[in-house]
Amino acid sequence: MIHSLFLVNASGDIFLEKHWKSVVSRSVCDYFFEAQERATEPENVPPVIPTPHHYLISVLRHRIYFVAVIQSEVPPLFVIEFLHRVVDTFQDYFGVCTEAAIKDNVVVVYELLEEMLDNGFPLATESNILKELIKPPTILRTMVNTITGSTNVGEQLPTGQLSVVPWRRTGVKYTNNEAYFDVVEEIDAIIDKSGSTITAEIQGVIDACVKLTGMPDLTLSFMNPRLLDDVSFHPCVRFKRWEAERILSFIPPDGNFRLLSYHVSSQNLVAIPVYVKHNITFREGSSQGRFDLTLGPKQTMGKAVESVLVSSQLPRGVLNANLNPSQGTYTFDPVTKMLSWDVGKINPQKLPSLKGTMSLQAGASKPDENPSINIQFKIQQMAISGCTQAGQTL
Amino acid sequence: MLDSNKDSLKLEAMKRIVAMIARGKNASDLFPAVVKNVACKNIEVKKLVYVYLVRYAEEQQDLALLSISTFQRGLKDPNQLIRASALRVLSSIRVTIIVPIMMLAIKEAASDMSPYVRKTAAHAIPKLYSLDPEQKDQLIEVIEKLLADKTTLVAGSVVMAFEEVCPERIDLIHKNYRKLCNLLIDVEEWGQVVIINMLTRYARTQFLNPNMNESLLEEGSGGDRTFYGSDEDEDEDEEEKEKKAETPAMAKRKPYVMDPDHRLLLRNTKPLLQSRNAAVVMAVAQLYFHLAPKAEVGVIAKALVRLLRSHSEVQYVVLQNVATMTIKRRGMFEPYLKSFYIRSTDPTQIKVLKLEVLTNLANETNISTILREFQTYIKSMDKDFVAATIQAIGRCATNIGEVRDTCLNGLVQLLSNRDELVVAESVVVIKKLLQMQPEKHSDIIKHMAKLTDNIQVPMARASILWLIGEYCEHVPKIAPDVLRKMAKSFTNEEDIVKLQIINLAAKLYLTNSKQTKLLTQYVLNLAKYDQNYDIRDRARFIRQLIVPTEKSGALSKYAKKLFLALKPAPVLESPFKDRDHFQLGSLSHLLNAKAGGYQELPDWPEAAPDPSVRNVEVKDSVPEWTKCSSREKRKEKKVEKPFYSDSEGESGPTESADSESDSASGSESGSGSEESASRSESEESEDGSESEEEEEEEEEEKEKKKKKKELKKPVQESEREMNTVTAESHSHFTSLFSVEPAPSPQVTPVNTFLSNSLVTDLEGLSLSDTVLSPATIAPSSALKNYELLHRITGEGLSVEYCFSRQPFSPDANMVAVQMQFTNNATADTKNLHIEDVKLQSGMRVKEFSEIELLPAGETATAVMGIDFCDSTQAANFQLCTHTRKFFVSIQPPVGELMRPVFLTENEFKKEQGEQ
Repeated sequence: MIHSLFLVNASGDIFLEKHWKSVVSRSVCDYFFEAQERATEPENVPPVIPTPHHYLISVLRHRIYFVAVIQSEVPPLFVIEFLHRVVDTFQDYFGVCTEAAIKDNVVVVYELLEEMLDNGFPLATESNILKELIKPPTILRTMVNTITGSTNVGEQLPTGQLSVVPWRRTGVKYTNNEAYFDVVEEIDAIIDKSGSTITAEIQGVIDACVKLTGMPDLTLSFMNPRLLDDVSFHPCVRFKRWEAERILSFIPPDGNFRLLSYHVSSQNLVAIPVYVKHNITFREGSSQGRFDLTLGPKQTMGKAVESVLVSSQLPRGVLNANLNPSQGTYTFDPVTKMLSWDVGKINPQKLPSLKGTMSLQAGASKPDENPSINIQFKIQQMAISGCTQAGQTL
Repeated sequence: MLDSNKDSLKLEAMKRIVAMIARGKNASDLFPAVVKNVACKNIEVKKLVYVYLVRYAEEQQDLALLSISTFQRGLKDPNQLIRASALRVLSSIRVTIIVPIMMLAIKEAASDMSPYVRKTAAHAIPKLYSLDPEQKDQLIEVIEKLLADKTTLVAGSVVMAFEEVCPERIDLIHKNYRKLCNLLIDVEEWGQVVIINMLTRYARTQFLNPNMNESLLEEGSGGDRTFYGSDEDEDEDEEEKEKKAETPAMAKRKPYVMDPDHRLLLRNTKPLLQSRNAAVVMAVAQLYFHLAPKAEVGVIAKALVRLLRSHSEVQYVVLQNVATMTIKRRGMFEPYLKSFYIRSTDPTQIKVLKLEVLTNLANETNISTILREFQTYIKSMDKDFVAATIQAIGRCATNIGEVRDTCLNGLVQLLSNRDELVVAESVVVIKKLLQMQPEKHSDIIKHMAKLTDNIQVPMARASILWLIGEYCEHVPKIAPDVLRKMAKSFTNEEDIVKLQIINLAAKLYLTNSKQTKLLTQYVLNLAKYDQNYDIRDRARFIRQLIVPTEKSGALSKYAKKLFLALKPAPVLESPFKDRDHFQLGSLSHLLNAKAGGYQELPDWPEAAPDPSVRNVEVKDSVPEWTKCSSREKRKEKKVEKPFYSDSEGESGPTESADSESDSASGSESGSGSEESASRSESEESEDGSESEEEEEEEEEEKEKKKKKKELKKPVQESEREMNTVTAESHSHFTSLFSVEPAPSPQVTPVNTFLSNSLVTDLEGLSLSDTVLSPATIAPSSALKNYELLHRITGEGLSVEYCFSRQPFSPDANMVAVQMQFTNNATADTKNLHIEDVKLQSGMRVKEFSEIELLPAGETATAVMGIDFCDSTQAANFQLCTHTRKFFVSIQPPVGELMRPVFLTENEFKKEQGEQ
């Protein structure tokens, strides 16, 4: 299935290659570079590129392209999903998945890739198993290793791979038994010029951090499971129980994992907790434009709106922006024309605003498009969907 | 450093070497030094050496052989994980010389106690196959064996091997189909993808089209739907609803009953739609799309929409598939219309795909919202995307009649846009729209004629010129003027514009020769000396046609008809229209081209093939030494029963698999059996919840009954045992040796693999509880009858066959197969003969002479000869009567492959002595 993997950095150098079958020359990547050149934006490189003898399936994460070489028919999602899994594993191991981190840990990376695929077919992708096989490098361990000469390859054999619960390693022991569940919800909304919502969807995930001894069997129930329109589970969750009783019953993996992600149907009305007042105008003839943006909270149930980040792609004609934020800082990149404004916390008494002028290219005609504005924010301890957890039992 | 005694130094050295490999530098000259360390105690050094070895063994074959013995030792290790990793590395070394060693290792590992080792064996199969395709036959045997494995760990890997080595041998799946369906949910996610894709193909060959009834209707109305989808949308929607309502009613009218196995597959894959793995979700979605009845396909929409929240690469693939689905099943995604709205942060390729989906989804009810969305999109900064949006508007306009004028007006407004690309794109689209009703819009044509001064994009210029030429009678005043301008700039134009100028000139010449005669002459003269031969050619051709000379009189009469013929309006179609002939979710579908190794999705069969092949019990013709004989008897009875009883047998393995997992996890035991119970249908649930032991009791009971019923049976039984005995005796090299041909020197071509496979088979034999003794040998006259065609599937005709163990006189290499035809039907059967024989290479068949008449209730016998080439491959052929054809296959048990040898008593004793 997957023949080879090439890691390509932003400047177009192959800095790692791994082959699971016969060696494929790295010149195959030329086709990829060609496509990369043709694409204006880095994310516009088509994920699947056919070449005369191979197919290249690539994934862009953290400014690194992971290019897999395929020789015959295989579901493309299979490869893409696997590549993402590889990236997740790297992130899990090294904290970040950057070129530097990979280069520093090239041996661990190689060992990992060797275990994850056998002859191009995924073998062990659960991080619990992998961690048993190859211990993640930590500063402490690196020091100990250099002094004692011991290794970071697990001495014991990966028994987890053999069990029926492959996601959990055996013989886990903790002095403090604890389990945490984080419910994270995201709203995705498109709002038109006049401020009315065109579409809004709520997407949520429950991330768990479970540190429990032995083989715990957990159940988790919701107050209003009906809200969850569409769910996808970690393989540890028993489907049948959910289907029948709407109760999550599972043997958790050890450590951090994503228990489920859900979707709240878009038919429900979603209350967007913030609003934006904007007034962006360009005057014909003059090389000046006015920019005025005000944010405000609404329906947040008394919770503070935090880490607000506003970004907007300004028209190409804009040379520079001279703005004055009432709070936070803003940056404008004259090359990409990206304006970003880090607002921080919204204070309901004193609404943050960003006012000022933009200078336009002399002689250029008035840009006819309205820039779109993206806003990211966080609200602690509030679930938009109104989904609440009823209880959990061991 | 590699020669040092310290492990830490070695490790350091290996790490550097691996880093070199990773960077793509050549480290092959270090090979000898590295290989020495293959037996190193330090586990990390060992692993890195493996990495190195696998990478470079191909280049340094001789030196790589030095390491083989280490792995061979590893294969015998008591620890299953070491056995597995040894096999893994051994099979990854691509050195042709060790193929036999690998083959042996795989065979051994395939019958290993540990499922993990068996899994590794399954992984090794495609490796060996790619190294040496000659081994295919043997590998298929291993695959067949592993397919019968009941653990979830093995299932995914072996199906993967199956897909790579022998995807065409769909017959291997029959017996394992139900087991795979039931295990599916517990298989690891990557395996699930492979299994689901394989099962989709399988189901397409084995079951009837669940939409049979609907598709008949569709054919009636469907023809116009694709072309004039717009005008008939409303009716169509109603029709759709009606159809849905009618489905149950129709089912009654025309008895289509879904095969319970088909239902089983759909039911067991449905929960996987909630997998976290996008590939699994997609696999299930395509399975439903290709296999499910229309009413049920809808469930996948929600899951696919969920995937749209994933990484952009995933979105890209999913949207491609959604686009294809929306063409066929628009209703499915309509409720999710808003999920396909475009975000400003999407990459262009995603935007374009979303547009495609939106366009496909458009109908009267939602067109206004969609068009409003499109209007916003046109203002986007991404020009490629704007162009795609304009195209999409054009398609909406052609498909939906009511909004055509609105769209056209909107597009005309775009003509005054400042961006040239936008204008050009609009022109092209407007041209297509105008073609549908040119009479009304002469003012638009006039407006566009003015644009020729400004627009530079060749495609747009060409489109305008074509429009003017085509509808010059609507704009009689402007047209010659445009031609005049164009003639002036002719030499500077692009080729496609030049061609259109010539066209325009010709058309004007025909309609308005007074004003344009000279201009046309001028243009044609210019074209005559153009660099492009297409243009020169066109000019010459047109000149001959339109300028009357003495010679070309015949054609020029028709010139007007030729040029001014009414052209049909173009149909704007989705580029995804014909993609659904590829299996969705596949690479080939994505590329819209056949990728290497793509397996066509077969069409539904006209008539369902024999469903009984999926019965889990051993088919009599297949030698399965491991199964105890009581099972066999059970089957005999089974066949007589109605179909549902089969599920009983099927629940056995499921249960055992579940109980296995229960015992391992301990905590799951409560829910495990619950699950399996709810999984099985209500009819089966009784049996499903029964424990294994109960089942066995049942078997015993049946055995007793059976014995009473059939007197003939014990004889057959003993015969079978005898086969077993001979096999065993061979392996233990005891003195008994009579029917087994393999080791006797006279029997020439029996190769070693036969005995090899016997050895592996025999390992399983130790499991069987039959106590064997030489005394059970029966005289060779008591022959075992195998069923070739059951009377139910054969519509009254039943065929049994046995290996008569007589020399087949026409050809000594052939095995004589005696067939007994019994006509249980009320009507006579005529012209019984064999057709369409499909054989493995080397095999031959001597057909029996045609039986012309088999009256009702009568029995006839015939003898045919088959040369199996000493393999246990089945001979497949069709048995034909005057009315029907039946697919049948004869597979010889190992013990039946023999040839007669005459021995005197002394010779026989001598042979015995040698053993």
